[in-house]
Amino acid sequence: MIRKNYRLGFLVLMVFAFLALNAQQRFPKPEFESGYEQPNTTTPEPRTAGMEVFDVIVLFGVMALATWLILKKRSRRGVLWLSVFTLLYFGFYRNGCICPIGSIQNVTLALFDPGYKISITVLLFFLLPLVFALFYGRTFCAAACPLGAIQDLVVIRPISVSSWVRKTLSFIPHIYIGLAILFAATGTDFIICRYDPFVGIFRTDGPYLMIGLGIAFLVLGMFFARPYCRVFCPYSVLLGFMSHFSKKHITITPSECINCKLCANSCPFDAIEAPIDEKVRTESTVRKNLRNYVIFGLLVPVWIFAGGFAVSKAHVFLSKAHPDVYLSELLIAQPELREDTENLDIQAFLESGKSMDQLVEEASVIRSKFRTGGWYLGGYLGLVLGIMLMNQFVLRKRKDYIPHKRDCFSCGRCMDYCPVGEQSGDRKSGIVKAKQ
Amino acid sequence: MARDKEYNRREFINRGARFTLGLSLAGVGVAAAVNAGSEKYLWQIDPFKCTQCGRCATDCVLSPSAVKCVHAYDICGYCDLCGGYFKPGVTDLDTGAEKQLCPAAAIERKFIEEPYFEYIIDEELCIGCAKCVKGCSAFGNGSLHLQIRHDICVNCNECSIARVCPSDAISRVPASEPYMIKGDFTANESGEAGA
Ligand code: SF4
Ligand code: SF4
Ligand code: SF4
Ligand code: SF4
Repeated sequence: MIRKNYRLGFLVLMVFAFLALNAQQRFPKPEFESGYEQPNTTTPEPRTAGMEVFDVIVLFGVMALATWLILKKRSRRGVLWLSVFTLLYFGFYRNGCICPIGSIQNVTLALFDPGYKISITVLLFFLLPLVFALFYGRTFCAAACPLGAIQDLVVIRPISVSSWVRKTLSFIPHIYIGLAILFAATGTDFIICRYDPFVGIFRTDGPYLMIGLGIAFLVLGMFFARPYCRVFCPYSVLLGFMSHFSKKHITITPSECINCKLCANSCPFDAIEAPIDEKVRTESTVRKNLRNYVIFGLLVPVWIFAGGFAVSKAHVFLSKAHPDVYLSELLIAQPELREDTENLDIQAFLESGKSMDQLVEEASVIRSKFRTGGWYLGGYLGLVLGIMLMNQFVLRKRKDYIPHKRDCFSCGRCMDYCPVGEQSGDRKSGIVKAKQ
Repeated sequence: MARDKEYNRREFINRGARFTLGLSLAGVGVAAAVNAGSEKYLWQIDPFKCTQCGRCATDCVLSPSAVKCVHAYDICGYCDLCGGYFKPGVTDLDTGAEKQLCPAAAIERKFIEEPYFEYIIDEELCIGCAKCVKGCSAFGNGSLHLQIRHDICVNCNECSIARVCPSDAISRVPASEPYMIKGDFTANESGEAGA
């Protein structure tokens, strides 16, 4: 019985398929007499999937090599050549895509949209640099990131930026990654890829705006070193978390810091922190700091709530980035646009046979996702702000010049400035390396 | 001694944080891996959803666009008066440039035998504007249609045409079936969108 039904269904389906095909075929295919042979429609092959696996292997190799060069070999020159390779391979040959920065969105989409199947290679692109950062610091940024490489190679005359400016700017990547996740999770847009300033240069093709933006970043980067990395890169948030608690991390000196101050200004990114003078750390300042620390700590829930409230309020505005929401709002506000034959989106919607109610329903689902997401995003930003404010009052004991583990790109420039030699067994001797 | 104590405490916190971060990383990895496949994905146009809006020519990150017109000869009528080749209303059927619909003169018209003509797309010239596709769908069999050519396409993480396509015709397809050529691929196969 079931079988019969199945057959019947199949028959009906076949008839429909036939009709659908025939509806297209207004003019029957001719019977040729001249022995004409019909050409085949070509389907040029894409880059083979095996190459993707190869890319992951290259990424792993480059990071392993960079880590070795930085932690064992201590060779800035090696890192430099490795970044040239990265720029050529991941940048110009692979057109800078897919990169770990953009893969944040693929991973997000895979977590939120059951219909989206992320490919294993993309997942590995996302995970590998973070795992490396967790163990060895941001060696990915040092030599395996094509965006980092292109900026690192144009650093000519870096200027030093005051710490409060840096700290304020360092809030932007948190906003960026938050928005990127919100937009990817709601299926709205991949903003990291859309506003990637260098991908146009890597492809040597693209909209003028994109190329122009890339060139502007490079020019700025001659003086303000690695502007994208420091002010925008959303992946830097994750790398920073990992690197902050990394097991090993680049050290400026191979053995013991002798406080010669030679490295103090060597970092183009102002990532080297000076020792804290014991005199500054008096009883009373420590006590005052502790009090402020606790007060600001108690304020953190306030920031979280305020942030969540503010951003969730902005969901009406943010959700307009989604084409369905935009279209439904437009049609409600200006129904006369239905007559506008120039408006492709509206015409395509009218042709699609979808009803207005359906569209409004879909739009409201998306909008409510934005409202929920807004609470999370705002809460997160409030938390980050709260912790940043608390950290103002941390005065850790620090005797040496050391790189800030979160901000340091492990580029290795500072190592060349340290005069202390490798094999100092006893601490005070400080065998001085002859500078070439 | 005091210093060692502080050092130990810091190291303890670090280790704890590292462990937590590692664990969350593993968590995200596993959660995403549940939804992962070994297959690579590419972007492609469903010709039965495409409404020939013209954005394929203008919104690809490449110029000219990676979208080209392809010809499914199998369903072509080899008409003398081709709706994809001639501008509407043309009566003298010759290859005068002013009579051609294609702004890039990318279609070659070749005589086969009375009264049939073959139409061949020169992909080097085609800009993917869909004018011919519109003509062919309106007046002919619909054998001309747009496809993303994978030898040109750089497979953007998010296709910038997909974002602006008013008909949602562009989606990710598994790399093992990278094309939706009309004839081999029919509207019913896609499960939705009748032709
Ligand atoms: S900060 Fe971002 S852009 Fe810069 S090197 Fe690191 S991952 Fe690349
Ligand atoms: S290794 Fe880190 S601290 Fe040293 S110069 Fe590079 S970014 Fe600065
Ligand atoms: S009309 Fe447009 S899509 Fe058709 S062949 Fe010419 S350029 Fe290509
Ligand atoms: S994926 Fe990129 S290159 Fe390919 S068609 Fe879309 S926009 Fe063009």
